[in-house]
Formats: sequence, C-alpha cells, structure tokens
Amino acid sequence: MSDGTGDKGYILILGATSDVAKELLGFYARDGYSLYLAGRNREELERTAADIRLRYQVEAKACIFDALKEESAEQLWNSLEPKPEGVICAVGLLGDQQQAQRDPALARRIVDSNFTGLIDILERCAAHFEARQYGFIIGISSVAGDRGRASNYIYGAAKAAFSTYLSGLRNRLAKKQVQVLTVKPGFIRTKMTRHLDLPEKMTASPEDIARGIYRAHHKGKDVVYLPWKWRLIMTIICAIPEFLFKKLSI
Amino acid sequence: MPVCCEKDAAEVLNLYSDLIPYGNGKSYGDSALWRHIAVMQPMKRMLDFDEERGLLHCEAGVLLSEIIEVFLPRGWFLMVTPGTKLITVGGAIAADVHGKNHHRAGCFSSCVESFRLMLPDGTIRECSRESHRELFLATCGGMGLTGLILDAKIRLKRVNSCRIEQTLIRTESLEETFKAFEDYASTPYSVAWIDCLAKGKAMGRCHLMVGDFADDGDLNYRLPRRMNVPVEFPSFCLNSLSVTAFNTVYYHKAKAGVSQAKIGLDEFFYPLDSIHNWNRIYGRPGFTQYQFILPKAKSFDGLSEILERIARSGKGSFLAVLKLYGPANENWLSFPLEGYSLALDFKIDQGLFKLLDELDQVVLRYGGRIYLAKDVRVSRETFEQGYPNIGKFCELRKELGLDRKFKSLQSERLGL
Repeated sequence: MSDGTGDKGYILILGATSDVAKELLGFYARDGYSLYLAGRNREELERTAADIRLRYQVEAKACIFDALKEESAEQLWNSLEPKPEGVICAVGLLGDQQQAQRDPALARRIVDSNFTGLIDILERCAAHFEARQYGFIIGISSVAGDRGRASNYIYGAAKAAFSTYLSGLRNRLAKKQVQVLTVKPGFIRTKMTRHLDLPEKMTASPEDIARGIYRAHHKGKDVVYLPWKWRLIMTIICAIPEFLFKKLSI
Repeated sequence: MPVCCEKDAAEVLNLYSDLIPYGNGKSYGDSALWRHIAVMQPMKRMLDFDEERGLLHCEAGVLLSEIIEVFLPRGWFLMVTPGTKLITVGGAIAADVHGKNHHRAGCFSSCVESFRLMLPDGTIRECSRESHRELFLATCGGMGLTGLILDAKIRLKRVNSCRIEQTLIRTESLEETFKAFEDYASTPYSVAWIDCLAKGKAMGRCHLMVGDFADDGDLNYRLPRRMNVPVEFPSFCLNSLSVTAFNTVYYHKAKAGVSQAKIGLDEFFYPLDSIHNWNRIYGRPGFTQYQFILPKAKSFDGLSEILERIARSGKGSFLAVLKLYGPANENWLSFPLEGYSLALDFKIDQGLFKLLDELDQVVLRYGGRIYLAKDVRVSRETFEQGYPNIGKFCELRKELGLDRKFKSLQSERLGL
C-alpha cells in the first residue's frame, strides 16, 4: 500500500542516530521507502537525511523526538504527513548500573529511555495501523531483558518490560495483519558500548544486526535473537535455577 | 576510536595526547599506524550534489567505491582515481593519490575544491587554494599529519558509459615502451605492466594499456564478482623462477603489436580490488611495495639501471607498474613529477632491504623520489633529498602545534 509518495510509503525510525538505525536506513531506502528520521540531534539527523536522499533518491525527513519529554510523541505524530506505514524503534540507553543504583534520577532515565518514554508514540502508531489493518512495528529490545543480572539489571528490567509490552502489542494486533517484531540483540559494537570491554568473538557489528533485523522483518518473524546463537545462550541462561544463578557473576 | 561525526572528532582530539587519522587502511606502509588511531571511516555521509557543476560535498569517510556505485549510474565518475577504489575521500586527499590519467588530470587534489580540517584545539578551517592556502598545500599529500579532514567538496566528471575502450600495445624493449608512451600521450588513461625480470634486449618489455570511457550510453554498472585468497601461500611459492615463468607467460598472453577491446570499468581501473586478501599470495613474510619516480629526461637511463639491478637480483615481482606522469603540483609532499614512475611489489626475504637501499641511491642520483603511501622503510635522508618542500611542511606543523598532536610510525621514522 502506498501513500503516493514514491514507490512505497514512509517508515518512521525512532532513535535514527543510533549506530544500528543508521545501518538499517540503507536497507529500507534501497527498497524505495521514504524515511522519517526521528531523534534529538537535529544537525546529525539532517546530515543523515541528506545522505539517504542522495544515495537512494528517496525522501528523508529529519524530525525531533525525545523519549524523555512527555509532549514529544504528540508533537512528532502531528507533524508527520503522510503518516508512516511502519515504525522501527531503536531508542535506548545503557546507562551506568553502579551509578544508577545510587542515583534514582538516572535509574528513571534508563527506564524511560528504554520503555516508558516509548509507549505514547508506539500506541499512536499501533492505533493508526490497527485502523488501516496494515503496518509493522519493530522494537529493538535486548537479551539483557531475558534475565536480570547484577551487572545491568536496571537496563535489563527496562528491556524486559519493553519486550513484554511488544509481546502484548503483538497479541492485540495479530488479528489486524500488523506485524510486531521484537529484536533481541546480544553484544553490539556501537557508541553505546564503546567504553565496555566486550569479548570480540561475541560482539556483532551494527551492520550485521541491521541485516538481521531487515531479514527477520521480511520473513514475518515475531521474536528474533541476533546473532541467532544468542537464542541458544539465553535458553541456557534462563534454564539455570535461581538458587544457582544468584551465586553467579556473569 | 571510531569517529562518526564532528562531536566525536573533537572528543578524540581531547582523548589522546597524540594520534593519527585512519581511513580504510589501504596504505601499504605505516602512514596510518600509531599507538592511538582515529578511525574516520564511520563518518561517511554524502551531504549534497550540485548537478550543474558535478560538485559532491561529502564527509571524509565516504569510500571512492561508494561514490562510483551511487553516481556512475547517473553518468558521473571520479576525475582522478588510484588503482583501488576502497579508500576514503580523506585518505585520497591525505595521500594525494593519482591514477592512470595523471598526465592529463593531475592528482586527486586537482578535483578538490575545498575541505574542512579540524586542528588539535578542535577549531575547524575550511581550506582551499584561496583560503588557508598553506594548510591546503600541506594537507594534500600530508599523510594525515596536519589534522582531521572532516568533509570535502570534490568535482566529478561526466561519463557516458561504465565500460572502457582499451588499446593494448605489447612492446619488446624499454625503448619501444618509452616510444609507445609518447605516441599515446594524448589518450586520457595509460599505464603499463612491465616484465621487471626480463633481461638483455627484452629488458623493459611491457603491456601498455591506454584507453578512455566508451560512449555507448551503457550506465548499467554491475559490481564484479570477488575472489578470495583464503590462506597464506607457503613462502617458497614466489621465487625468481616462478615469477620469471609467470611474467613470461603473462607477457605472451597479449597479442604482439596493438590490440583493442572494450572492458569493464573494474577490470581496467581496479584489477586487484576483486581479489580479496591478495597480499596472502606473498606468504607469511609478506611483501613490501616500492614506488619511485624519475624526472623525464633521466628516466630512460635511470630505469635501465634499476631494471638491470632488479633482474640481476632475481627479486622481481609479477606486479610491476610503469607510468608516465605529468608535471608536479604545488602541494608540499605530493609525489608525482613529470617523468616515469615504477611501482613494484617485492616479497620480503633476505637481502631485499639491502637491494631497496641500493635502489634508493640510484633514484636519488637521477633526481627522483619515493612515494610515501607505499613506503615502509625509506630512510630520512633519502626522503628529505627527494622533497624540497619538506622544510616548509615541518615548519607549519610546528607553528600550529600539529607536530605534537598528529604522529604516525612513518612521521617518526622520517622526522616529519
């Protein structure tokens, strides 16, 4: 279904300046989709939009969206004309676990950036897609949400909430032909993890993750672990009984 | 540290006391190696294209291959391209690369209108021939030692095909080779593969390949299939016998005299790019590139002497490229001057570096110089003798505090 703008309609990308989102843009632009790039840094967004327009000769518009500002979702939604036919949410904040334990404001920011701050805009999208019985929602969650670990449980809890939220959305929208895809990546080499010492063989590139998301979307998947080995790893991790797991430091 | 945007660039300057910018890492030597590296390649957005003037404004991490993929189908190509397209725009400027059309179009910098350069304190200068001229002349060819190139405006040229009409001339001697270069000097693109192990009368025999873009309107550009060299070859595979044998067979593959063909762009411009990991053919000890240039008047004698020494040593390579260059430009560390340049790959083994030191002396004696983008072992004295503007370059680095901030293994070795 097209809105008459080019070959295909618009896709809304939330958190468009994230490393994974930047790689994803190319896949969809190549297919002929026009893009709304939503984020907080207008200058960066405009540059990225210019790049998409030049390379793929599709429309790309920079828009402001801040998950931490209550009015942002409404302002964004009202500014989008035509409305998108799909949304990809790449917004997230890892945050410093140790610091968040001491600083409740940071803890709240982590939860808002990864979950609560996304509800408003996703609900608007969901209602729109539901009415048209057409559309898709892709949410980038994390394996960290599968089980809480001492090293990142505030982030993990927010992602767990986000995964459950997406699962509920999927249940609501399945009867209306709207795909809801939950993406659970493992370690990725990005701006967000730059300061971490991640094991190289277990760390994927943003490009690989983006390719995985694009493929999973087109295969109509519900939940995808990227790379797929994480499905195995998390199955094992989640199978460990609590009395043992609580003693581990992983 | 990877640099995606201006904010990252300022951050990396704060983070490290000294560093070197790094594009896609295709320099043969140590020009982009240091204990701290600012990887600029992620900063790779195309910002604007002026269709009237063919002027592309893009960030420095954009690869030449990306420019070709996006713009060739629209009828535009790079004005100057080296033998690999897998380099960044920033790297192309920093090495002031050149290609098969140097004798007509000059170096990469000749298509650069301006670029924005970030200095150690985070300030940005827009450099061009009219504005901050000294920084412009120092940066083009300056091997990353003057600052972080953030973005640039480069001119593309109009083309009407993705294929090249190529004429191949097989010559029997160095004399014939030189004559052929002169005869075909008006053709836009020319380069010769030379059999550097041929001896006696056959010394200097080559395949001279000249050509230009076809005019058939076929802009349906397809990427070539890539082969991969999966493992390193054992070191004994490449020796004087096998290379001589290869060269002889390869030389005779071309028909005698002159032959014509229409070939793909990648085959003409980027033959090695389609062989992923081609360096593994040299085995674990690896290889080193050696490229020098000699002034035109002395080229015949100089090349004769050098080819004779190489053939005698038996340390030849099957990748030997000869090219006639046009006049030098004003950039301070730019390599080309009007004359003939020879580029060779040598397998690293006993006696090689001694041979190269000897060749250095011959090059200097004939008034020539070495190419920094290929170099990994030239001595400071040899280098300084070849580049008369080196004093100006070092002075500017000191004046702007660039010498304290931007360092590489190469700059330390050469005292830049």
